[in-house]
Amino acid sequence: MRLQCPMPKLDFDIITLGHGSGGVLTNKLLDAGVFDILQNDFLDQRHDGVVLNVDGPFAFTTDSFVVSPIKFPGGDIGDLAVNGTVNDLAMCGAIPLYLSLSFIIEEGLPMEEFWEILVSIKYACDKAGVQVVTGDTKVVEKGSGDKIFINTTGIGRLHTDAQIGTAFIQEGDCIILSGQIAAHGIAVMSQRDGISFETSVVSDTKNLNFCVEKLLDKYGKQIHLLKDPTRGGVATVLNEVARDTALGIEVEQAKFPIDSEVRGACELLGLDPLYVANEGLFLAFVAADIADEVVDLLHQTGEGKEAAIVGVVTAEHPRKVLLKSAIGGTRVVNMLTGEQLPRIC
Amino acid sequence: MKFISEYRDPELARAYLDEIRRSVTREWSIMEVCGGQTHSLVKHGIINLLPEEINMIHGPGCPVCVTPLNLIDKAIYLAEEKGVILCSFGDMLRVPGSKKSLLEAKAEGADIRILYSPLEAVNIAEQNPDKEVVFFAVGFETTAPANALSVVHAKRRGIENYSILSSHVLVPPAIEAVMEDDESKVDGFLAAGHVCTIMGTLEYYPLVERFNVPIVVTGFEPVDILQGILMVIKQLESGKAEVENQYSRIVSEEGNPAAQDTIFEVFEVTDRLWRGMEVIPMSGYKIKEKYRNYDATIKFDVNIEEAEENQECIAGEIMKGIKKPFECPNFGAKCKPENPLGAPMVSSEGACAAYYHFSDLIAQ
Repeated sequence: MRLQCPMPKLDFDIITLGHGSGGVLTNKLLDAGVFDILQNDFLDQRHDGVVLNVDGPFAFTTDSFVVSPIKFPGGDIGDLAVNGTVNDLAMCGAIPLYLSLSFIIEEGLPMEEFWEILVSIKYACDKAGVQVVTGDTKVVEKGSGDKIFINTTGIGRLHTDAQIGTAFIQEGDCIILSGQIAAHGIAVMSQRDGISFETSVVSDTKNLNFCVEKLLDKYGKQIHLLKDPTRGGVATVLNEVARDTALGIEVEQAKFPIDSEVRGACELLGLDPLYVANEGLFLAFVAADIADEVVDLLHQTGEGKEAAIVGVVTAEHPRKVLLKSAIGGTRVVNMLTGEQLPRIC
Repeated sequence: MKFISEYRDPELARAYLDEIRRSVTREWSIMEVCGGQTHSLVKHGIINLLPEEINMIHGPGCPVCVTPLNLIDKAIYLAEEKGVILCSFGDMLRVPGSKKSLLEAKAEGADIRILYSPLEAVNIAEQNPDKEVVFFAVGFETTAPANALSVVHAKRRGIENYSILSSHVLVPPAIEAVMEDDESKVDGFLAAGHVCTIMGTLEYYPLVERFNVPIVVTGFEPVDILQGILMVIKQLESGKAEVENQYSRIVSEEGNPAAQDTIFEVFEVTDRLWRGMEVIPMSGYKIKEKYRNYDATIKFDVNIEEAEENQECIAGEIMKGIKKPFECPNFGAKCKPENPLGAPMVSSEGACAAYYHFSDLIAQ
């Protein structure tokens, strides 16, 4: 259920350079919504920064969000900005706690669109159980940005049983994918000028922290690595792991969960779904003896209903990712070069 | 998924492979004409499953690869110097011109847009009446109807700020050029299914007769390709040379008459330079006099000097099937997708890109 948050009455319809000046207009913008909607004790102090009390080891991450268009089926830049950073913390084996939130707005952005983004941010924060504790707003001239860019930085407390890193990956580990691939990239692309097409595909943007927490509660150190395959897709993550561990990876094409409409769109556009972005998906490298159990556990969560074992780590062909195709052939999966571009025919 | 998974069925693929193995008694070289087929061969690992007697030769059917260097320079010139909104299919953008690619020109500020349909470019022209909009209309017979239709639409809707920079090429003359090349060693062809969807199969009968070579119109999925190879092998082993249609679920003998009518409303056949190869007589389309106002080369004064191709790139030999990508000394070393010497390394249908992305041969 989406929050019902009507936009407050304002004496401006669009955001102008003055709203980033730090003066009266900035305060008007913040008072008009930002502080109220994201309200918490830390923000209420309205100070330059915030003093936090975090026990023990913590994870710290940052990410910037520049998606175009800013609204797409299944989400918007606001959801992404929260979920992206929350998920990066979760992939470290941390329980996400606090976020910073920084906007770079291109002047002329309708206040209504900004409000919608704020509502999305609030909704995503509540869902993930995190608080925005500090932030910033800048406005740049028309043409110097693309409507709105958002940066979020996050802090999370490390799960006591977590021991996550490429160093812990071993030969024989199973590779589990938490859900269907390529939905986010296709949902965004379906809205792009010039290549837009009708589809019911929606972005998979969601927070993964609670799902990951359950895994760590039960399996702790047997979860060797968690990675979310966002930009560059699954293929890029697999290649990074193969490179960093100096081990080989073998995956089976037929085992990758993928929605048939997403697959159709990829075929149509000439894109390889293994390289298409995801925003609510993770890869888990786990000890082989618990792999089936992990998949069963994921199936019981909302985030991992489609989870599947897609491959294994091997000592053969070090640093290479090999894919067994649906018809039984084998090929290399390389790192993506540049952006995937739709083909001619 | 309907019409995809059936043609990637492992059981069916294995059955065709077994039959190919049973049928082949000696070495044969088969050219798959279309770059889409090349990618399918490598991407699905088919190439490693075929018996060693079968040598797949990768043909010239990569529209991006054969678009002349000069035309890419012209497109960049129009976008940078004439201030047009240049619209293009996505995979033209990375292809190197003599100084830069369209992607680099875009990064430097030129208004270059990726589209999936040329009709969208006509809409952009309508929405931007104070700007000229040029569509970079490349491709084989497959993309020609949509490109021609964009011109017809623009004229019908009275949109005058739209034109196309056209470089269409045709498959049958390319097959002819390959067969006439002394170094060519092709015993049989898999013709490009999508091209035949438009043009039908009739054009291939004179070629079969003249060169005594089997031509099997073939699709793009693994099972299509394996069946196509089997059909060629069976012909070769029994000494036949005929036109056969593996892709009959889509391709008819006469093709798509409405699409052909649209093509010939706007285009006429002309001699055409193929990048990396040479001028092949009657191998392309040019815009008819009637539509000259929609021809960007006439509309704009674009006199760009012919630049030299990079001498280190053996794209011509690759596209005629004389050499394989991994036989090029620069493959994967000096020439990579992020820094290509020629078009076959960056096009989504280029043979070098197929081997670079999907095969294990770079280290060799």
